[in-house]
Order: sequence, then structure tokens, then C-alpha cells
Amino acid sequence: MTDDSRFVLAIDQGTTSTRAIVFDQSGRMVAVRQHEHRQHFPYPGWVEHDAVEIWHNLQQLVPAALEDADVTVGQIAAVGIANQRETTVVWDRHTGKPIHRAIVWQDTRTAGLVERLATDPRAAEVSRRCGLPLATYFSASRLSWLLDHVRGARERAEAGDLLFGTMETWLIWNLTGGAHVTDVTNASRDMLMNIRTLQWDPLLLDFFNIPAAILPEIRPSLEVYGLCRTLIPGVPIAAALGDQQAALFGQTCFEAGEAKCTYGTGSFLLLNTGAEPVYSTHGLISTVAYQRAGEPPTYALEGSIAVTGSLVQWLRDGLGLISSAPEIETLARTVSDNGGCYVVPAFAGLFAPHWRSEARGVIAGLTSYVNKGHLARAVLEATGWQTREVLDAMNADSGLPLRALRVDGGMTANNLLMQFLADILDTPVVRPMMAETVSLGAAYAAGLSVGFWPDLAALRRNWHRAAEWLPDMDPAVREREYENWRFAVTRTFGWIRDGKPDAG
Amino acid sequence: MPGSIQSVERAAAILQLVAEYPAQLGLTDITETLDLAKPTTHGLLKTLCEVGFVEQLAAGGKYTIGAGLNRLGQVRLDPNELRSHSVNWTDSLAARSGFAVLVAAFPLDQPGPPEIVHHVFRPDDSDQRLLTGRQIPEHATALGKILLAGSPMLAHRGSDALEVFTPATIASARVLARELVIVRKQGWAASIDEFCIGVTELAAPIRGAGGRVVAAIGLSGRTDRVTDAKAHPKSLLVRQVAETARAISRDLGTARR
Repeated sequence: MTDDSRFVLAIDQGTTSTRAIVFDQSGRMVAVRQHEHRQHFPYPGWVEHDAVEIWHNLQQLVPAALEDADVTVGQIAAVGIANQRETTVVWDRHTGKPIHRAIVWQDTRTAGLVERLATDPRAAEVSRRCGLPLATYFSASRLSWLLDHVRGARERAEAGDLLFGTMETWLIWNLTGGAHVTDVTNASRDMLMNIRTLQWDPLLLDFFNIPAAILPEIRPSLEVYGLCRTLIPGVPIAAALGDQQAALFGQTCFEAGEAKCTYGTGSFLLLNTGAEPVYSTHGLISTVAYQRAGEPPTYALEGSIAVTGSLVQWLRDGLGLISSAPEIETLARTVSDNGGCYVVPAFAGLFAPHWRSEARGVIAGLTSYVNKGHLARAVLEATGWQTREVLDAMNADSGLPLRALRVDGGMTANNLLMQFLADILDTPVVRPMMAETVSLGAAYAAGLSVGFWPDLAALRRNWHRAAEWLPDMDPAVREREYENWRFAVTRTFGWIRDGKPDAG
Repeated sequence: MPGSIQSVERAAAILQLVAEYPAQLGLTDITETLDLAKPTTHGLLKTLCEVGFVEQLAAGGKYTIGAGLNRLGQVRLDPNELRSHSVNWTDSLAARSGFAVLVAAFPLDQPGPPEIVHHVFRPDDSDQRLLTGRQIPEHATALGKILLAGSPMLAHRGSDALEVFTPATIASARVLARELVIVRKQGWAASIDEFCIGVTELAAPIRGAGGRVVAAIGLSGRTDRVTDAKAHPKSLLVRQVAETARAISRDLGTARR
């Protein structure tokens, strides 16, 4: 029997907005409130958020969501947090005021620092210990930048007056009135945690010159971190996960070999690899999928694709070929194939599995035969092929064959793309009924952690297929097209020469 | 009943005049021909230009029929756009009702029977195939009836004999026309065993900007589960379908400026 009178609250603190979502015991969304926050771009390549603005937004969202759901604070069994990963906040322990705006994961201001660190003889060992390639993407270089560029910060950090955290740390600290903790999935993206011991690693701290006093305590993802002292007083904060790990959890990928891909502006593919971290030799990231209190962690391989939905946006805003994103399917359906045309969107280099920062995008195979319909098809196919490349790499690293790919995100409304994915991956592509997998994952984790749901099996019973696309492509066509794609990819390499800037 | 509305009559007269003498008449010509006050004619022409039904060739110049009139009747909603606005609401309807959910619309660029543009599986994880892209008979399905009821021109088309799928299929255009009157009045449609014995569909209209029916959304399930003891559609399900249709319509209304 389900309990109709109790609910779980999920907080989804994302890159562009924060959301508060109420779920019932069947995993159905009862109410959702959303508030966007400002994106600050002080210089090219710099991206910042105001952590105080985000906290204030949350303070308005939560009561509104409870009111929409007609639910009282007493009916909330637990709250779970999913958050944008790697975004870095440093604040004063005594006043609670951030010393600087939060530096967002997209920010590349530390490129120079990372380049210098890459020449350090310890760099390879650093990557091995944290499971991550040395890149601006992760939090450590940003924290180091803040300590070096905000006046007096390093001294205050060493004296124990400053606190560092990613967004979940910041929100938990504010909600509980002082618990300074990070969940292990978020910590696995800081580049400061040893992926095996799940503790801050002295070598990594030394490498990035980070004083230990500033760091939060690393805790399991599913655990009661404390009770809320404000906003929803008395409600346990029972889980926190990085957003992509939350989506993996929301898709109920609890077994090794289960994978999900979230298709948004960029796309994130995560494969559950079970109890052992897999060290990638194909350019993927080793990360923690989740950890329940008192249990060993579950690991995942992650491959991120920088440009997927944003390529469709480029077709709309950059070229004006369509007036809304969904129209790309209509345009693509005016032709029956890509007409020999391939688009490789290496707009800012290529991510996994190539990691070529000097690559730039190409449209290959152009002939006078190619029209805008072919181009639209090639744009959609680019998302498919990039997924295939990451999955092939995962397969090679993990030896786990994929049985089905679970998908979510806005692009799953595109039928042509979903069928193409099934065709070229030669595996069923499945969309779950509950598309909001990030917030659902946070809710599931929190509910499980307080016994609102008894076990993982109960969560699986809530998961239902909403749609499934089955492979239906001649293997010879699949191979020929993949070969053409890979050939087009090689055409992007080496475009940026001698560190010359892109334009002019 | 109020009488005819004068300004609409006058606007219609202007349209007829401009269509008959394209690019030949200016403001004075039109004012004199229709015997109107100049400010009135000017105001009407200005509004007609704003909605795109009339164009002025140059400032102070002659008038001609605008591109907006040529596009009338072709302003259907892109089915893929429709799907992306529907997906969250249809998922929720399937989860709440326990039935498969379908969205259908007339094809965008050619005449023909309605097509399924979106399909959400029945949430029981049984073996199901996506029906997206499939054509459906408009007189034998609830989705089709909603689309016919919202398209006055199409409602009268065709011969009297309709294709029969089951003993319950509506077989004559006259009976169908009566059914469509009821559908318009109650705001939803049902098809009980009419396309497939043992299957009942309930549907409601999705309306675009201005209230035009642009698509139909419905659920489909076993007749004994969708209908009550008196063989009427369960009112809770009817309400859920209608609410979902309204939610998507609202979404479309705001999304289209």
C-alpha cells in the first residue's frame, strides 16, 4: 500500500535555474516551482552565479511548491538535493557571506593554471588518484584561483575562517544552519578526493595548494546530513547527488552495465560500473555513482558530449533554418537521408573520447545536392554518432555490453533522433515515463534513505517505459555511415595552430 | 441574438473590393466606393494591414491583398512542436490514469486522415510498439472525432458510406454529423468498441492561439476498464483527459507569444 499523505521534496539546483518539486510515493510529480537566476559573464570565458541569490530563490520556491501541492511541512518525509556539479562557492564561516561570486563549471579562467600544473611531474599520479583528467572543468583549480585572487582569502582559509563547497554544500549549510558536508558524488568532481578511499587526498591538496581546513566533510549520498532549521523546519536532508548522478539514480540504473544519457544543450552519458572504479584508457571520467550510508560506493564511467542540443539551437539562431528547435525534425523529414553530409560540432574542441582542444567544427561531404533538409538530418545524426563514440569507449573500458540505453532530457521528444540512436547503437532506446529524472533521483535517494521507500526494488517498480525505439537499420549501412562520420571527425583535428585565437 | 457587426461587414467589403481590384485602389477610392467616412476606412485598412490581410504597396499608395490571407487554412501546428509541448503532460496523464496516451493531428502539408504524432505507453511495462506516424480513421476514433468536430469544413466531407471496422462503427455521415454536434457541445469524444472491439478511447481538443483545434489528445484502454457499469465512459477519466488537453492548450498559447 502507498501512503497518500506523505511526500518527498526534491531540490534541483541547476545551471540556469533552481527548482523545488514535490513527489508522491508512486514517484509522480505533484507540484513544481522554478526560478531562474542571473548568469554573470564578467569577461570572455568567465561564468559566475550569485550563491546568495540562489539561496533566496530557494527560500521562495519551497513554500510555493508546498502550497501548490497542498502539503504541509509535517507531510514532507525528507528532502533530497541534486545540483549543478563543480560550481565552486567559498564563504565566511562566521557571517555566512560568500567572499566572491560562485565560479560556474563552464568557466575557463583557470586554463593557464591548469596548463602550468600539467607540466608538474606529479600530474599523472594526480589523475590516477582522483579518476579525472586535469581540466578547468573540475573544482580544484577554481578554489585555488579564489584563494589566490581574493584579498586575504588564503590566510583566512588557513586560519579556518572560510568554507568551500559545491552547491549542495552551500544549500545544506544554509538549511541546517551550519552542517559543512559534501556528498561523495559531488566530491568526486572536485579533483581533491581519492576515488578509492573517498577521502581528501594529501597529495591532491598539496598539488592544488588547498588548505584542508576549508574543506567540507565527505559523506555518503544517501544519509541524513541533519534536520532543516529553517524553511522546512524538522525535515531531514536525507540525500544529495550531483545532477547527472541523480539522473542515473532516477533512471533506476542500479546494476552494473545499466546506462543513461541525458540529452540537453550538451549530453551526459553515465554507465554504472558496479563496486570498482574503472580507469578509462579512452578518455572517459571515473566517478562515484552513489553511496548509501554504511555501504561501499557504486561507481560509474561518464562521457560528456559538449554540443548536442546547442547544435540544434545553432541551426535555429545561427543559421535561421528553423524557427523552433522541434521543427528540426519536420525539416529533416523532408529528405530520406543525410545526402552524404556530416556535421561535426567541435565548436570548442572535442570532448570524450577525443579530447582535442585544437579541433574546430566542420561540415563535411558538401555537394550541390545537399539542401537544408540534409543539413538538418546531419545535425541530428551528429548527436547520435557522438553518443555511439562515447558508448564504444565505455564498452572498451568496462567490458560491459549495453543491453538498452535509457534516455531523458528535452531532445527525447525528437522521434527521428531516438530512432536513429536505436539504429546506430543497435540496441533498444528507452524513455521512462517520468522525464524529470534529475529531481526524481534526488527524491528517490532521500526517500530511500529515510525508509519512505523500502528498497531499490520498490523504486524499480515505479519506473515505467513511456516509449521504446527498436533498432531497424541494415548493418552494412550502419558501418558505412559510422566510417564516414569517423572520417569527418578527423577533418576537425589541428585547426587551431600555434595557439592562435579562433577569429581574426 | 445581436445583429451583424457593422465593422466586420465593412472590413469584409474592403477585402472584397481590394481582392477584385488588387493594387489599383487607394484610400480615397475605397472610401468613396463604399461611401464611408475617411477616418473609418483608414482605421479599418490599418487594422487589416496589421493582421496581414491587406498590404499597402507604398506609404500613401495603393492596397493589395496581404500574404496573411493566402496562409489562411494552412496555419496548422508543426507536429513535432506539438509533441515537445505535450510530452510532460501526456506522461503525467498516462501515469495517473494507467492507460496509453495518444496525440493526433491532421498532417501538416497534405490532405489526408489524421496521424498519431505522440504515443506514451500504458505504464505496465508490457510489450508495446510505438504508434507514432500511424494514420487513424477519423470517424471511428475519439481522436478523429475531436479533429473533425474542430474542422467545420472537413466535418461535411466525404460520401455517406463510412468504412466499417466493427458493429459499433458509425457507418453514415448523417449519424456522424449528429455525433459531432454532441462532441462540440460536451467538449470531449469517446469511441467505444468502434475501431477495435474491446477498446475504448476518450479524447479532448488541444487548442492553439485563438481557440482553434490544432490536435486531439486521448487515452486508450480496455473497454471494461475505461467505461463504467452502464457502459458510459468513467467521468474521472474524462475529466483527466480534458484537464490534460487544457494544460497543453495553455502551454501552446503562452509558447506562441
